[in-house]
Amino acid sequence: MRRVFADLNLQPNLSDMEQTKRMIAKASDLGYRLIAIPVPPSTSLAEKYVQQLRGICQENSVDFVSRLNLKPKTPRELLQLLRKFRRKFEIIAVMCDSKAVARQAAKDHRVDLLNFPSPDPHKRFFDKAEAELTSNSQASLEIEIKPLLTLKGPARIRLLSTLRKEAAIAKKFQVPIVVSSGATSELLLRKPFEMAALATLFDLDKPSALDAVSKNPLAIIKRNREKLSPRFVAPGIRLIRMGKDCK
Amino acid sequence: MQIKLRRRYLALKIDSSEKFEQKEFLDALWNAVIRLFGEYGASKTGLALIGYNMEKGFAIIRVAHTEVEKVRAAIASITEVTAKPVAIHVLAVSGTLKALHRKFRAAIRGN
Repeated sequence: MRRVFADLNLQPNLSDMEQTKRMIAKASDLGYRLIAIPVPPSTSLAEKYVQQLRGICQENSVDFVSRLNLKPKTPRELLQLLRKFRRKFEIIAVMCDSKAVARQAAKDHRVDLLNFPSPDPHKRFFDKAEAELTSNSQASLEIEIKPLLTLKGPARIRLLSTLRKEAAIAKKFQVPIVVSSGATSELLLRKPFEMAALATLFDLDKPSALDAVSKNPLAIIKRNREKLSPRFVAPGIRLIRMGKDCK
Repeated sequence: MQIKLRRRYLALKIDSSEKFEQKEFLDALWNAVIRLFGEYGASKTGLALIGYNMEKGFAIIRVAHTEVEKVRAAIASITEVTAKPVAIHVLAVSGTLKALHRKFRAAIRGN
């Protein structure tokens, strides 16, 4: 069966809709059938963008997924934000800038993606303890490809080394890895097979690398869409018939 | 006894508003491979340029069949040629030039 590929982190400048359209068209040309674009946390603004983006994606035969990037400073702020936004977005990613936030995000079932934005190894907190907490929740480790393309020399060497360690830990604790582009322009977008090839640089084998751009992101979307559907009751339980249908 | 080397041919699309000379393109390709895998790793790739069309921005390269993924990663890591922004995509991979041309035409029609 042919794989369906997803890029869960396209980052066009949303105030420039022409560039956004070009990036979505490019992603479609490159073979992605599902894309997620982070929208601002303001509810009214987010709704406006989500509607616009859904329309553009439909024109390009791509499935659009709404995503929110949370950047809390404290675990308490993270909990407040999750309470406020979880049911409004299909994907919630937490940008972990501190260890306390990373630990709280790893514990919480409402978090889909753990993202460590800093290329500095000391500010990436995906260690064994973090992976163990994550394996008990349903979160995945998100690895962005953009820094691998933009960094040069020793900085890229250090990043590759850190990513190799993180990928090995994730594999040991069975934490799914999602590889996304983080692209801010069309020229930073790569084909799914090229993303998988870049993922092999941090020692993922080819099937796992391909899963990181297809199976793993699709599993998150499927799970969350089911949860957000009005027929969802609890995991494994959904409403089949109601009212007159029951007679 | 001479061991027959298995090879793979890769059709590439150069995505940029600029045009590049063959040498500039080849230098960028080698530099990307050397930066990622070092001179030892680059020596194993058996990289060679088979064809280059500057006007249309297409190229065909040949690599050792065991090194396809490494070369694909190196190609994906290229973001500029002669300091001008660029993205290079692999359109098709094949074991013979004949099959590559067939796949390449299908890829172009698909786009």
